[in-house]
Amino acid sequence: MQDSPLVIAGREFTSRLIVGTGKYPSYEVMKQALEASGAEIVTVAIRRVDLSGGESLLDHLDPARYTLLPNTAGCYTAEEAIRTAYLAREAGLGDMVKLEVIGDSRTLFPDVQGLVEATKVLAREGFVVLPYTNDDPVTARKLEDAGAAAVMPLGAPIGSGLGIRNPYNIKIILESVSLPVIVDAGVGTASDATIAMELGCHGVLMNTAIAGARDPVAMARAMRLAVEAGRLAYLAGRIPKKLYATASSPLEGLPDWASS
Amino acid sequence: MRITVNGQPMDVRDGLSLDELLAELGVRREYTAVAVNREVAPKSTYATRRLSEGDRVEIVRPMGGG
Repeated sequence: MQDSPLVIAGREFTSRLIVGTGKYPSYEVMKQALEASGAEIVTVAIRRVDLSGGESLLDHLDPARYTLLPNTAGCYTAEEAIRTAYLAREAGLGDMVKLEVIGDSRTLFPDVQGLVEATKVLAREGFVVLPYTNDDPVTARKLEDAGAAAVMPLGAPIGSGLGIRNPYNIKIILESVSLPVIVDAGVGTASDATIAMELGCHGVLMNTAIAGARDPVAMARAMRLAVEAGRLAYLAGRIPKKLYATASSPLEGLPDWASS
Repeated sequence: MRITVNGQPMDVRDGLSLDELLAELGVRREYTAVAVNREVAPKSTYATRRLSEGDRVEIVRPMGGG
């Protein structure tokens, strides 16, 4: 079966798995994990340069090979997030941004009001805005109206590994917007990614599930396969769920074992 | 004059340009962005942008993140 590419603001991607670059035990493990994941888009954070020198992420990550998606992680207001997006663009990272406006430090849930506001401003300024949002269909629609290029609802809190806690809302989001829907955050293991894709999501974004696994490279491969499996199952069209059994073998032609 | 660079106070000569500051700090230019007093400074302005007493300079770059 031929799949269509993931299209974000007119840009085509073959891989539907987007991977973060944080929290790996080493740059070498990160490099191998990214390779094993098959990801074409990788997220990065924008942080102060270490003035004492030392290695930099981009010494280990070829920007010609990966589409770098800067995030606005750590921003608690629309203004901070907008400034961070501008910094990323000025740094030469292009105009795509994973927009985060955080509303609460313990859950890292988004401040949806600030998120919609920042989306509006950045979209107007020519950014390709990919907002990290709640699993709320109403907010998803507001983000679409604000000019987002995709919506990225959380499956569960960032780094929690709790999986897709509200698949029904994700499903409703898919029906509410005509943008790519990418589950961002909450994935813990391969089956979580598969569930997201089986629901019909266009992609999955994860970091901790891979970087924090005992063997990040093996988990990256598992995630690649999981996303492909889920996507394929979605396209293939699953059977409806039924309460009672339906025999898989013909009921006719059974030998007669009755004793005289 | 005293300025702040990435949160660190720093004594530099009067009228130092952004370009000179980056050179003195040995900061690589590629994939780097600078803000002065919260405003992003375009690369094309580094040579002409003179710093003043009390300026807060932020020099950032992509790091690992999700």
